[in-house]
Amino acid sequence: MRRELRTLGLAAGLLGAGLAAAQSPTEIQRRYESAARQAAPAFAGLSAQRGEAFFKSAHGGDWSCASCHTQTPLAAGRHAVTGKAIAPLAPAASPARFTDPAKVEKWFNRNCNDVLKRVCTPAEKGDVLAYLMSLK
Amino acid sequence: MTNDDKRKAFDLVVWTSSVLFACAFVAHEALAKDKSFVVTNPVYQTECGSCHAAYPPALLPADSWRAVLNGLDRHFGTDASVDATTLSALQAFLASNAGRDRQPNAGTPGLRITESDWFRREHRKVPAAGKGAAVKSAANCAACHTGAERGDYGERGIRVPK
Repeated sequence: MRRELRTLGLAAGLLGAGLAAAQSPTEIQRRYESAARQAAPAFAGLSAQRGEAFFKSAHGGDWSCASCHTQTPLAAGRHAVTGKAIAPLAPAASPARFTDPAKVEKWFNRNCNDVLKRVCTPAEKGDVLAYLMSLK
Repeated sequence: MTNDDKRKAFDLVVWTSSVLFACAFVAHEALAKDKSFVVTNPVYQTECGSCHAAYPPALLPADSWRAVLNGLDRHFGTDASVDATTLSALQAFLASNAGRDRQPNAGTPGLRITESDWFRREHRKVPAAGKGAAVKSAANCAACHTGAERGDYGERGIRVPK
């Protein structure tokens, strides 16, 4: 009985942690926007148009975001090396996208390193998010 | 019933049960082998199953997995880095589930499952179609092994795209 209670408690704890971590794409976008404003007080706001250009540019290298996530991120993508299927990136097509801040940061870190050979700025991340959220 | 008949009946029972037992043993071994390909660790599945199938840990020896985990920031040309907590979970999981008899190359710890003699032997009859655009890479297990996501690499689930 005690073990069952402990399992129940653990399950409730995990659920609570999951709910606490879950956010909407808008909340995550706002966080990037305020970080961008903090870095540059004159920051005029996020731009879906700038995000689209950023998303589709190879930035002088071999890959762009679109290499795996396609030119129309409402569609399913494919990993540029392995060929594995990737669920659509736009939240309108995959509601689970951009709801876990830690996951979003993990992938921006990895993928910006792959595409740009550096980390992305909060403004760049926010712009990309603005672009992806504008797709319906 | 004569004694001879009794002996024949006894022999029949012994032989039948021996054959049944042998069949059950072989079937059990085959199932156990398939089970070793089923991955049920959620951290491993999430972290190592996004860009490619969550490869069965039994396909590389512990030395190779250690080398893979030590270079996740430069993982076959991409950044696959994870945070410290995730890394130690992966280390523990792979150390205890690594294969014992899957040395890719004698000597150095090989990092590619596809370079092992075992992998080459298993895939020697893969038709040229299996190397086309629909598959793209040998890392794309699920392109032909339709049950790869579930750890099912059995013959019956194989569909090589045309």
